[in-house]
Amino acid sequence: MRLNQEEKDMLEGKNGKATQKSMEILITLGDIFEAENMIEVYGVQIAGVSYDNLGEAGLEFLNEMAEDGKVKVLTTLNPAGMDRENWQVLGIDEEFAINQNRAIDAFAKMGIITTCSCTPYLIGNSPHYGQHIAWAESSAVCYSNSVIGARTNREGGPSALAAALTGRTPNYGYHLDKNRHGQVLVSVNAPVKGTDEFGVLGKIIGDKLVELGKKIPYITGIPSATVEELKSFCASVATYGGTALFHMDGITPEYNKYPKPSDVRFEIIQNEIESARAELIDDGIEIDFVSIGCPHASIHEIANLAKLLEGKKVKKEFWITTARPTKKIADEAGYTKIIEGAGAKFAADTCCVVAPIKGRFKGIMVDSAKACYYGRAKNKFKVKIGSIEQCIEEATR
Amino acid sequence: MKLKGRKVYKGVAEGEAIVTKDGISFYGGVDPETGRVVEVGHELEGQSITGKVLVFPTGKGSTVGSYTMYRMKKNNTAPVAIVNKEIDTIIAVGCIISEIPCVDKINISNIKTGQKLFVNGSEGTIEIVD
Repeated sequence: MRLNQEEKDMLEGKNGKATQKSMEILITLGDIFEAENMIEVYGVQIAGVSYDNLGEAGLEFLNEMAEDGKVKVLTTLNPAGMDRENWQVLGIDEEFAINQNRAIDAFAKMGIITTCSCTPYLIGNSPHYGQHIAWAESSAVCYSNSVIGARTNREGGPSALAAALTGRTPNYGYHLDKNRHGQVLVSVNAPVKGTDEFGVLGKIIGDKLVELGKKIPYITGIPSATVEELKSFCASVATYGGTALFHMDGITPEYNKYPKPSDVRFEIIQNEIESARAELIDDGIEIDFVSIGCPHASIHEIANLAKLLEGKKVKKEFWITTARPTKKIADEAGYTKIIEGAGAKFAADTCCVVAPIKGRFKGIMVDSAKACYYGRAKNKFKVKIGSIEQCIEEATR
Repeated sequence: MKLKGRKVYKGVAEGEAIVTKDGISFYGGVDPETGRVVEVGHELEGQSITGKVLVFPTGKGSTVGSYTMYRMKKNNTAPVAIVNKEIDTIIAVGCIISEIPCVDKINISNIKTGQKLFVNGSEGTIEIVD
């Protein structure tokens, strides 16, 4: 791989040990994936933040990097294992809280903005079209590549950190035009509406892509979609299909840039949406937990929740997971007061995928297909998907 | 017999080979405290990889696996070197952060469990000593 003088200096250790180790990681990955050079990145999103996933080993690695490592570009964090202010109310034990804060402190020492959210693009880590970035967090990778038209590979925790400490990423994969073409034409011949239904659509397409061994769908037949619907779709298609990029006719910015795929295609009809929805509802579920905000709820979603919850009382544990900055807007706007007045709880900085809540509830109802996957696989809950309105109906029943 | 592959991570190591045809997920599939493979149904289930030259086709599973390898290194339960048919991101990053010599693009069917191997990660070669 070709390196410029600055990159060679980093590799030789002239900028310290953490930067040197980071350059070693990036060069090795670049060699494996046959990158010709390094490119500068505008920003980084780091995953592997929850102590539940990092463990003591991950934490030790972070501390070692934090000895002399400082980020060179705008860098934000994925959700942590707990709400940093409100963890006690949400039933997180103290030992976990201490360890979680040790991990966040190590990130902060490196100059990372400790936002702890899976929706960096909603809170200021917002690249523009065509910009190179290095993001972990599969749903945000899919959103930035597809909806924004920025360029990133699916980074893991250490490779994203390495990009942050060097400001570089190896130039391969989704950074290159030739790897961004749609591979499968998907015609949606059914109405799709709401975050839940866009999640169901993401599952259908994701499952089908795995079956076909393809990665990039070109989707037609969706006349319009909100940011919230697209964020739900991204999370789902990334979870079920490993998808990092899709094109959507008339909606995403690169839909017209490359030739449309023609040799591989499939159609989605109403029946399939109904049966995929049924797959996300477990038999015999007894719901004792309702959660909205996977990916993290936007201020628009929170405003809507406040409207729907006003004057009602929830009778089940009800979490709204969101980014701390979004929660602060909700505080200012008076939404928090209404929502908490109804008995629902905010869980900022965290989410149901990474919080240590395995086995704590029997059945969870959500509007997110991604949350269904991890609710089952990681937390051993029974799951049910429904619209925001259905989730509130269940919670207040 | 000397085999030429590709350098993944520098350094040299010598040890007894433990070979499997199955992929390895360090996160969840290997116990970092004991160094044993714990994945149910894995060809190496119950066997220790500590101090061995671990030979397998490629990595699989969660990216957290890189951190598990680091933890094994700190616990002194890690393998001394890794040889893959085709490296993946998780194992590559794990070797770099844990400083475990690693070579890939090796025809691993030439290697048998119990053979003594000399791995040169800096050159990208391995040698079957006996």
